[in-house]
Amino acid sequence: MTVNPTFSEPTSISAIDFVREESREALTPGQLVWRRFRKHRMAMLGAIGAILLVVFVIGGSIIVPETSANSVDLYARLAGPTSTHWFGTDSVGRDVFFRIIYGGQISLFIGLLAVLLEVSLGTLVGGVAGYFGGWVDALLMRITEAMLAIPSLFLLIVLAKFIGRNVGQVTILGRTFSGSIGIVILVIGVTSWMYLARIVRANVLSLKELDFISASRALGASNSRIFFSHLVPNTLGAIIVAATLGLASAILTEAYVSFLGLGVQSPTSTWGNMMQQAQSFLIRGAWWMWVFPSLFIVLIILSINLMGDGLRDAFDPRSSRNL
Amino acid sequence: MWSYLVRRLVQAFFILFIITMLCFILTRLSSDPMSQYATRQGMSAADREAIRKNLGLDQPMPVQYVKWLGLALQGNMGTSFFSKQPVLLMIRQRLPMTLILMVTAEVFIISISLVLGLVAAIRQYSFIDNMITSFSFIGYSMPIFFIALGSIWIFAVEFKLRGLPYLPTGADIWSPKDPYQMLRHLVLPVFCLVAIQTAGYSRYLRSSILEVLGLDYVRTARAKGLSTRTVLFKHALRNAILPFVTIIGLDIPFLLGGALVTESVFSWPGMGRLFWEYAQRGDYPVVLGVLLLTSTAVVFFTIIVDMAYTIVDPRIRLS
Repeated sequence: MTVNPTFSEPTSISAIDFVREESREALTPGQLVWRRFRKHRMAMLGAIGAILLVVFVIGGSIIVPETSANSVDLYARLAGPTSTHWFGTDSVGRDVFFRIIYGGQISLFIGLLAVLLEVSLGTLVGGVAGYFGGWVDALLMRITEAMLAIPSLFLLIVLAKFIGRNVGQVTILGRTFSGSIGIVILVIGVTSWMYLARIVRANVLSLKELDFISASRALGASNSRIFFSHLVPNTLGAIIVAATLGLASAILTEAYVSFLGLGVQSPTSTWGNMMQQAQSFLIRGAWWMWVFPSLFIVLIILSINLMGDGLRDAFDPRSSRNL
Repeated sequence: MWSYLVRRLVQAFFILFIITMLCFILTRLSSDPMSQYATRQGMSAADREAIRKNLGLDQPMPVQYVKWLGLALQGNMGTSFFSKQPVLLMIRQRLPMTLILMVTAEVFIISISLVLGLVAAIRQYSFIDNMITSFSFIGYSMPIFFIALGSIWIFAVEFKLRGLPYLPTGADIWSPKDPYQMLRHLVLPVFCLVAIQTAGYSRYLRSSILEVLGLDYVRTARAKGLSTRTVLFKHALRNAILPFVTIIGLDIPFLLGGALVTESVFSWPGMGRLFWEYAQRGDYPVVLGVLLLTSTAVVFFTIIVDMAYTIVDPRIRLS
């Protein structure tokens, strides 16, 4: 039984030379991270998978017009996969393959914006709590813990109903979207910042005692300058890792919320609300309605999670590739 | 230790206060209980006003909050608008059902992930480890409704079509007095919960065992000639299992809330479905009752787990 394989690896002379060769040039932290990430096979696999899926949903929408994703054909409803409808048709005869393309765009878009909101909120709350300390810290952390104690799906449902009333449709760039997209983004962002806030706070707590912070304060830097030019960049690694894993969970959350019928409303499709429509036709054996959207959800979440794990290892030189 | 406990309890008090406020404000703003009367024919504005007054909805929000909190502190969670039953009674009816489902699932989850995590860690990078790791990665990335719909389709729809013995998918039709029926109804939801949850737990256990196996004291134990079995079970596992036990301990109070999606898909009459049904109707006493019960359990369980940790692991000092 090899307990720790890194100790038993044979070191040939060429390997040592290779290390020496590389250590001559000074690498920035970013380059070091990129190099470690590149060597992480599963992470690269995840990155390639994610890129392919993004190319699929964006490239697909260039080839296929949106009208064919929404075109209803009642004569071809609930038809299984054929050469014309690759992934079959849904209950009103819309093509599942085309809806996956357009639904994927919305799912990814919601995930990205929700994470952006999550990161902003988490960095702000965690940073302010850690930097100012005292009662500000105590209050913000109690709120964070309170929100962590409420089961997240319950919180999400209550909030989704809170803002989910009377939303119209929005037209952006000639395409009409259901206004519920914005609400879903808001709800996911507002209910997911807590872990990030804790990570940022812990980092800021240790960073702010370091000499370079005292030095910049002695030079007369304002609080916001210290915060945004020194503390945030030094926490960036942890934030990027948390944001990547957060992206996976945001896309998954969107699927859950839409599956429960509180998310994005028809005619705009997402991978989650396609599953919800499919649920009623399960008994009729329309497996293509839910198998394909689910597969895409699993693929994107898997790719992003693999990337996130790779990034965590890449940013933390001490961590091994145990996960 | 005692001063630590007192400090934690004071903090818990504040957290619970914030929770009640957050829940109350969000729930009350989220839906108007009167909206279920909106489409009713033959109801005059005066009737609406009377109902509103009767339910106490005409008073300002802070007054409503204080009244609700005062009653809640006395153990009175109010009465459901819809079913006219006391909220606590409704919770008491649903809680055993959720516990049956969640405890059964949890027993399987813990034992299966223990075995999987252990095997994967001992045989690191072997074929079986790669299999376990891949499956847990996929399970970890999978929404539970995928497995739920998939298992309904295979074991209920297709099996029935082919004349095979099929499993039921709705739990509404049986009485809890018939244990055989209950078992049949348990199979699919438990299977889904286990498939999803095992993934995360076994991954976690594997990495914490591997971390311990790399430590110096394990090498010392091996160097002094102890057998692999002794090193693993007497030395390594005892430390590796601590974080595993902790996350299970922290997850246990969330079991009270039930599994919302699983319970809805399989019509299991548990807490998650209670919440989901009454949240849709804007029946806020019920919604608040479920929220408050679960989050209170979470807050106190966190303290208990932290205290228990210091007893199990003497290296941890509370400060």
